[in-house]
Amino acid sequence: MARYREACESGKFVVSGEIGPPKGTDVREMVHHIDLLKDLVDGLNVTDNQSAVLRLGSMAVSHEIVTRGGDAIYQVTCRDRNRLAIQNDLLSAHFLGIRNVLALTGDHVSVGDHKDAKEVYDFESVQLIQAVKKMNEGFDWAGNELQGSTDFYIGAVVTPESDPIEPQKLKFEKKVEAGAQFFQTQAVYDMDNFQRFMEYARGVTEGQDVKMMAGLVVLTSVGMAKYMNKFVPGVFVPDDLLEEMASVPKEEALHKGMEICARHIRFCMDNNVCDGVHIMAIGKEEIVPDILRMAGLI
Amino acid sequence: MIVAEQKPLEDIIRMVRPYKKVLLLGCGTCTTVCNAGGETEVAFLHDALRMAEARAGDGRREYSEATLKRQCDPEFLEHLTERVEGVDAVVSLACGTGVQALAERFADLPVFPGVNTSFIGMAVEWGVWDERCAACGDCRLEDTGGICPITRCTKGILNGPCAGPKKGHCEVSPDMECAWILIYRRLERLGQLERMRRYYPPRNFRPISRPRRIVGKAGLEARGSHGDVTA
Repeated sequence: MARYREACESGKFVVSGEIGPPKGTDVREMVHHIDLLKDLVDGLNVTDNQSAVLRLGSMAVSHEIVTRGGDAIYQVTCRDRNRLAIQNDLLSAHFLGIRNVLALTGDHVSVGDHKDAKEVYDFESVQLIQAVKKMNEGFDWAGNELQGSTDFYIGAVVTPESDPIEPQKLKFEKKVEAGAQFFQTQAVYDMDNFQRFMEYARGVTEGQDVKMMAGLVVLTSVGMAKYMNKFVPGVFVPDDLLEEMASVPKEEALHKGMEICARHIRFCMDNNVCDGVHIMAIGKEEIVPDILRMAGLI
Repeated sequence: MIVAEQKPLEDIIRMVRPYKKVLLLGCGTCTTVCNAGGETEVAFLHDALRMAEARAGDGRREYSEATLKRQCDPEFLEHLTERVEGVDAVVSLACGTGVQALAERFADLPVFPGVNTSFIGMAVEWGVWDERCAACGDCRLEDTGGICPITRCTKGILNGPCAGPKKGHCEVSPDMECAWILIYRRLERLGQLERMRRYYPPRNFRPISRPRRIVGKAGLEARGSHGDVTA
């Protein structure tokens, strides 16, 4: 049940994937993706109303993954629920066999599809990490003793390409201090810069068992790469990769993106840059097994 | 100050439609300063209503104008006692507090809001006002270099920036600076970055369970009958 945590703690190079729940009740494609990936990776993230767009819930899908024999990393954002609701969900998730939590503040409602909704942010990521830690220690946020504590492996995110990076670093340090046990980064493409960031991160986490996973989003076209550079915060695709993507005909772009992703996995692995990778194929989960094969992981 | 903006004319026309004698009532304090509801705006609104009614062939209504120094203060409302004689309804260009103060003082008189009360803020350039205070009842500006993350961070985050800023601007709008990057730069300049390393617990919402009341410690006797709820 605690496969992801065991993989992390074993010291092996950890690989996780991601499942985006559908907007609606037709789960056939999602279930197919779960079955396709659950045994190939150590854990599967499940997004929580990703980009503030209403979708099937991350707790239900995380539970489905666990039921089907995989391990889920249950994403929890602070956007839609106050501290009572979040803790309630955490207890429910624990009851359902979910053991990994990724604590996020969450995209603002105004970037999603319910722009008129009230955003909550009663907690934010650092406080949420603390809350999960407290529940692991047997107490709720208000300090009341729980009848049975939780046993969550606590994850958080960091953005190595943030501009400026200094405030983001302070936030990262706070997350470590608050009790984050593993980190997934926002998508990284510039491996030199990522390596420099990791040197800094290793310094911060020295003496603590904090695992760092490189976030890898598969490039599908040169247009997508340029779009991310322009619009997606904290993501930077360097020029040499843009050129590499542009060097092949359109119909081969996805394959090129997979090659780059596999190369980055190998780079991280062979150079001991980080403890694992988190692969985000964003709706194209079918290609993940091929990427793992190209990287020599299966 | 409190910043407001005038409601669309069609909304005001709809509100006054059933009435014959309507008082357009400005406020001489906040809404005067933000050009939403002072003497000038009352006069403009009067003209706009007349023109719209002339165009629609609906000239039955009789408007009068007045502007009080403050509508949120019972003492100033007393000056209205005679002005509202024979008036069927009032359109108040004060903030929401002014509208409610009128409604409380004149129990039989319909009172309508002529502005949307927006926020507590300041002028950043001519004709542009930005929100600066959320009136959260738990001020932490001492720790954030005098820049309020509850107001200016769109998520009200207390422990540093989210992953959203792009080139120092908020994920919600490229026109909006990331409050936490502003705070970082200011604390760095002040040599107080250690304040940003501190962990800040979630907000305590107890002081703002609504409605709030402040009972001032001073001046209770001196202020006589108004003394039980003073600031």
